Amino acid sequence: MAERFPSPFDAEVPPGAEGWEDLYTYSLPFSDDRRDYEDSTFWFQDSIHWADPLTPWEATWYEYAIASLSQYNTRHYLIPPALGIDYRVLNGYAYLSPVPVLDGAEIEARVPQFMERAGFYFMNWDDLYDKWLIKIKALIAEMEALSFQPLPDKEDMEVITEGRGMGSGLTIQEEYRKLLNLGLKLWQYHFEFLNLGYAAYLDYFGFCKEAFPNIPDLAIAKMVAGVDVDLFRPDDELKTLAKIVVDDGLEAQLAGGLSALEGTSFMDHWDSVKEPWFNFSAGTGWYHTDKIWIEHPEIPLEFITDYVARIKAGDDIARPTDEIRKERDRIVDEYTALLGSEEDKEAFQGKLGLARVVFPYVENHNFYVEHWAHSVMFRKMKELGDVFLKEGFFADRNDVFYLKRDEVNEALWDMYSAWAVGTAARGPVYWSGEIGRRRGILAALKEWSPPPALGEPPEVVTEPFTIMLWGITSDSIGMWLGAGEDDTADLRGFAASPGVVEGPARVITSADEIGQLQEGEILVCPITAPSWAPVFGKIGAAVTDIGGMMSHAAIVCREYGLPAVTGTAFGTRNITTGTRLRVDGSSGTVTILD
Amino acid sequence: MNSEFVVWFDDYDPAHKPRIGGKNASLGEMIGAGLPVPPGLAVTTEAYETLRGNTRLASEVRALLAEIDLDDPVGLRSTSERIRSTIEAVGVAPHVEEAVREAYAELSRRCNEENLPVAVRSSATAEDLPDASFAGQQDTFLWIHGADNVVKAMRRCWSSLFTDRAISYRHETGHDHEVLAMSVGIQQMVEPTAAGVAFTLNPSDGDRSQIAIEASFGFGEAVVAGEVTPDNFLVDKVILEVHRRTISPKHTELVLSDDGDCVVWRNVEPERQRQPSVSDAELIEIACMAKAAEQHYGTPQDVEWAIDRHLPQGRNVMLLQSRPETVWSRKRRRTVAKPNSGFMDGIVSTLLSPVHARGKAATSTEGEDGRDGASE
Repeated sequence: MAERFPSPFDAEVPPGAEGWEDLYTYSLPFSDDRRDYEDSTFWFQDSIHWADPLTPWEATWYEYAIASLSQYNTRHYLIPPALGIDYRVLNGYAYLSPVPVLDGAEIEARVPQFMERAGFYFMNWDDLYDKWLIKIKALIAEMEALSFQPLPDKEDMEVITEGRGMGSGLTIQEEYRKLLNLGLKLWQYHFEFLNLGYAAYLDYFGFCKEAFPNIPDLAIAKMVAGVDVDLFRPDDELKTLAKIVVDDGLEAQLAGGLSALEGTSFMDHWDSVKEPWFNFSAGTGWYHTDKIWIEHPEIPLEFITDYVARIKAGDDIARPTDEIRKERDRIVDEYTALLGSEEDKEAFQGKLGLARVVFPYVENHNFYVEHWAHSVMFRKMKELGDVFLKEGFFADRNDVFYLKRDEVNEALWDMYSAWAVGTAARGPVYWSGEIGRRRGILAALKEWSPPPALGEPPEVVTEPFTIMLWGITSDSIGMWLGAGEDDTADLRGFAASPGVVEGPARVITSADEIGQLQEGEILVCPITAPSWAPVFGKIGAAVTDIGGMMSHAAIVCREYGLPAVTGTAFGTRNITTGTRLRVDGSSGTVTILD
Repeated sequence: MNSEFVVWFDDYDPAHKPRIGGKNASLGEMIGAGLPVPPGLAVTTEAYETLRGNTRLASEVRALLAEIDLDDPVGLRSTSERIRSTIEAVGVAPHVEEAVREAYAELSRRCNEENLPVAVRSSATAEDLPDASFAGQQDTFLWIHGADNVVKAMRRCWSSLFTDRAISYRHETGHDHEVLAMSVGIQQMVEPTAAGVAFTLNPSDGDRSQIAIEASFGFGEAVVAGEVTPDNFLVDKVILEVHRRTISPKHTELVLSDDGDCVVWRNVEPERQRQPSVSDAELIEIACMAKAAEQHYGTPQDVEWAIDRHLPQGRNVMLLQSRPETVWSRKRRRTVAKPNSGFMDGIVSTLLSPVHARGKAATSTEGEDGRDGASE
């Protein structure tokens, strides 16, 4: 077994990707300037959110997200043992490193401040969460109101008659800066509650593990899981639509797509729920290539078609919410009864109670931020891309994502300035060559296999969010160090959702491929997205490379009763489509049968 | 119908306990509680009393006991053998034998099988100690069929009060040989595909949310007697999921002989040795049954179970015995909650010492058992 992971400085640049560093802000790549620190630190690849190389503009949201997460640990709540999570890009891929507070005295000093600050949030959680919902919706509305319009040949007469004294070239630059600011604010809101939510959950989790050393993570999660969860709402709406199709005999129209459904009861319901619920990404929500349901109705329509077939086959596709609720109460009652003393019963109820208070946020924020707000953000950026396209800067609206965030300001300046002066901008020539070069680099980076980790493994992992969200534990690190030497060995991961299933594998590396899944196949993928839920009725089991106990995949797999092993690290690498597998979601093993 | 010499398990009443011993009483109680125990009956201590009423036999036994030298194990064994053969040589009183034969015939009728195979077990008792299991070797005779054999096995149960081990144990603990009595259980015997034991807590750490199950092919005596290394499973008591399984190579099994006459040891074919002896569905059934036994008694249990080859899935798990678990149940349970601490204290201490950093608890399912190549 290796003693350390490869150094980020030894990573070879894939052929054709030379100069990739310039695609990102100067602080993102590993560099000789910080070599001592970077080489002696532990970095893990975040393929939950960023499985593919980041385009220059998409890297913005990576930076916004991780800096915002960090800011709350470090500066808002003063999480005693943990500062933020440091982040880098290597060959286009995201690498993270939790930063501990090493000085015991400093940890000590942070404790009372943490108690005061975090305590305030816990004590006022419901009120603050209500406020959060108002804030986040207002933010999305503000983002929705942004408008990127081509610059006019001449300013409207009103600009003159109202004496505005400013023109469209300034407006478009302002709108873009607003978009960036709203984006950073969005990510600040995202982490306003999340870190504290995880902390409360971990406290409850720790108590359960101490009282019942062998309790499955699944049981702990089931006791707090919400029944009416916003994240499941898009899928629930598809089921409702499928029921309308069956009840009102609209199958023929469904086959003809949305236009054929115009004027039907289906369309009435579709129109009433598409905002916001179909602002749902078929991917993780981090890439401009992720398809959004509302923009690609063929995706939800295909899921609805599957549901219609299941209803007609006699399946009850509705989530049995009453049973889920009753089962949750039964589980809580039984574990409570198994505790040894009244003090423990009381403490358990208290911790469970707090975990349930914080959990709606943990479960729901993903819809509001990564799905809804990101959908709007990418739509707006594509509108901006259209403006550049019209001005001849780009050959494709999506070229806008191959500019760094501040380069967009420069390009807007170039476009505005040429418009103002009345001459030709440099952009059309400059960017056509440059974007072609960058697309080539990104294509070359996509061929690279990022190692799961880099640098010095830590003795123990203590940063709670690294454990909760990314599933990085001392165990998984050991597994990564030992693995990769034998490609045919069984894979081990988290027992995310119980059951044992055998079947042929289908390796899926992007959301576009999920249509290939056949009945009874085992989905093997880097990570599943919540929007893949509808395929879970079809597949036998799921195996993911990455994922902790609170990863979206784990939550959704449990919800749909699908055996799943998450965080196997090497699933997509060691398994090929067609290979027969045995997935044991109760013990967390995947056996390659042939 | 119960009589002076026979108490049916399904007619059991706690008042019967002194007459049928702890083991039989427990079988009766479990049937009364609706647990899936194979039917059977107890031959009461009154039947044994008829033997003790034989004054010639009593004085012979007393004389033999008197010559025992506990420091001479060889002599002890031979005296024990003489006592036992003396007891076994005496005829059973005709009215007792008739009652036992009639009860056995009735049990066979109830189970729709002529000459029903039964297990014949001793269940010792004393007037002031209804469960005197300490006092005698717990002899069990497997797969006895035919009334003659049942009567013979019953006599051997009676005589088992005087095995060398039982005698010396009573000497050491100061119990009187005279006050002891013996009841005998006669119970339908299932032919199991697999059998074993289950604890309604995790014996390695006392975790009460778990049910630990040990299982092997064939009759459960293979597991109880430690003749094979059984498969080992951990089932969560609440969500009823198997979440740890260690499949051991099982080289031998105790099965019915080819002619169906008796129980024999047999080598397990190599390709079957590493197969799990029970399915997940069966494990859940076993766990539910053990849990029901625990709920009935209100304290953690140690049960023996078997899967009846001849019953359909869902009705084939049989409870053969349930005893209170004694190791962890006697320990004082540690309180997990920290005294006088507010919710923020809990969160701070969790952050300072995340449970994941304390060991491998992060993923309870990644136990070491699963990694040593022994898992399926």
